Amino acid sequence: MYIKVKREICTGCEACVQSCPYDAIVINDGKAEITELCQLCRACLSICPEGAISEVREVSDSRETAQGRGVWIVAEQREGKIAGVSLELLGAGRRLAERLGTEVAAVLFGGTDYDAGELVRWGADRVFLCADQFMRPFNDEPYAALLSMLIEEQKPEIVLTGATPIGRSFFPRVAARLRAGLTADCTSLEIDNETGNLLQIRPAFGGNIMATIFCPHVRPQMATVRPRVMKRGAYDESRTGEIVKVGIDSILSRTRVIETVKEVSEMAINLQDANIIVAGGRGMGGEKGFMLLYELADVLGASVAASRAAVDEGWIPYRHQVGQTGKTVSPRLYIACGISGAVQHLVGMQSSDVIVAINKNSDAPIFSAATYGIVGDAGEIVPMLTRKIKEARGI
Amino acid sequence: MRIVVCIKQVPDSAEVRINPETNTLIRDGVPTIINPYDMHALEAGIQLREQAGGKVTVLTMGPPQAEIALREAIAMGADEAVLLTDRAFAGSDTWATAYALSKAISLLGADIILCGKQAIDGDTAQVGPEIAEFMDIPHISYIRKFVEVTADRLVVQRLMDDGFDVMEASVPALFTVVKELNVPRLPSLKGKMAAKKAGIRKMTAFDLGMAEGDLGLKGSPTQVKNIFAPESKKNRRMLEGTPEEKLDTLLKELVGLKCI
Repeated sequence: MYIKVKREICTGCEACVQSCPYDAIVINDGKAEITELCQLCRACLSICPEGAISEVREVSDSRETAQGRGVWIVAEQREGKIAGVSLELLGAGRRLAERLGTEVAAVLFGGTDYDAGELVRWGADRVFLCADQFMRPFNDEPYAALLSMLIEEQKPEIVLTGATPIGRSFFPRVAARLRAGLTADCTSLEIDNETGNLLQIRPAFGGNIMATIFCPHVRPQMATVRPRVMKRGAYDESRTGEIVKVGIDSILSRTRVIETVKEVSEMAINLQDANIIVAGGRGMGGEKGFMLLYELADVLGASVAASRAAVDEGWIPYRHQVGQTGKTVSPRLYIACGISGAVQHLVGMQSSDVIVAINKNSDAPIFSAATYGIVGDAGEIVPMLTRKIKEARGI
Repeated sequence: MRIVVCIKQVPDSAEVRINPETNTLIRDGVPTIINPYDMHALEAGIQLREQAGGKVTVLTMGPPQAEIALREAIAMGADEAVLLTDRAFAGSDTWATAYALSKAISLLGADIILCGKQAIDGDTAQVGPEIAEFMDIPHISYIRKFVEVTADRLVVQRLMDDGFDVMEASVPALFTVVKELNVPRLPSLKGKMAAKKAGIRKMTAFDLGMAEGDLGLKGSPTQVKNIFAPESKKNRRMLEGTPEEKLDTLLKELVGLKCI
């Protein structure tokens, strides 16, 4: 495939030049020209007001689509606990399977018969279970080898797992080995009405842009899906399914887990992975104000972040800073307290799913990025919020 | 020790936007940088060389301009640079990118391969592990510390959601690194001089001996169907009432959205 400009139609308006993320379009003699920098991203196609830009497909572009059947969810356990995202994926998998008229199977490594039963009760028709203790700690090579083997044998159509450190590390190995398409970090999955292809929607450029990815010619279609974006299905006590035991006789590994160390406090400052972030700015007034944020974060299991203003004041260390010169975060929930919302801060957090802004000044730009806005003194509102959550939870 | 560091030249994604009305990318004045995570991989490579001796080769695939990123890497302390550049690579997804990089690394020879955790434009984190698979070597992701380095074995800490794993890998192996690993050094004056003079080795698809079907868009299982602006927060709601009432409404909403 390549991108072509019809010179006779092109007016030289430069709309496409602006649209190209790769600087691959230049104006030559008043006409647009695609240069060798083109990455075939097609961003320009829909832009041209004259319809002068088109993609040209070559014969070799169309390959026979490989066949596959069934939607697979690769469940994840860490020290025996099934990850929440695995149950969410069973919900999403059921929905896709119904659209395709097929079944949902789960794959579980290092879990127990009971865990496999739980996956059935959360929506799996079948579970491929490898109960071997060797598979209990996460190790890329054996995980990738066993999953590849199962996929080659069973030929599922779609294979999904959580976009967690585990899924994001070993799924690429499987995709590489099987020559399968893999899309990372999806936030939405749909089935194309015409082709039956899986449409995988994901953020790119730090969440500033969304892209729909598809995989037209090969199966399985693989994707990792962000935790907490899909809904769990219904838990059904009486659901039954088939549990297929798998062994790992011929699998070797050149890496080994020596020890697993829990480190919750480190996690708390690992902002990029946080599900909830409570952030403070100049409006918190000082270190005392930040104590209020820590208390709220504590009841929510959240991490604490800050705007540059608060960091510059020395109220909180730099590693907590969110924004252009700090970290970029996209938690499920971002609570901005006493942050006015300079654009440098907004670029670091605006892709958060839900943003709550609390600020005295009703004109503060932070409200333009907010899902919910509360005009008021964060120093008063935050402790009230903490108390209400405690009450609701009976703490 | 032969160390290869894979880097990517990326637009500074914090500044890339889409105009929601026209669905076009706004990239006026967006600078290109070395992917920040790759800076940590590069620093790790230089430190490993300082510790164990050897050579650091920095490798990228991209348009001819990616040479700038390679020269920056040499200024930091890399010994040599290789640029995979060919019109035929255009449209490569992670599969085709990793395949081309793995072919180049096989030609160069490597004991340790280092990559950033992910690139900030695509955020996929896929190319590193895929290279390892193509080369049939082990990989460990999210390295936050090299604990022990010998000629045939490494002990590392892998950052996980709930802490870290201490892991061991045989050499050769590939590692992707997180920011917690180190602080990238600034280029030295000597380094800057070296960067100016350095010859950049260029390789094409032909040099890598790659088949047409494995290249670029044809070699890529995934394709981009379209891009669009994320849903804007048009449903913004200013909460009304007394502070108590505002918070009650807020909590009800957040519970409804399963945020808390």
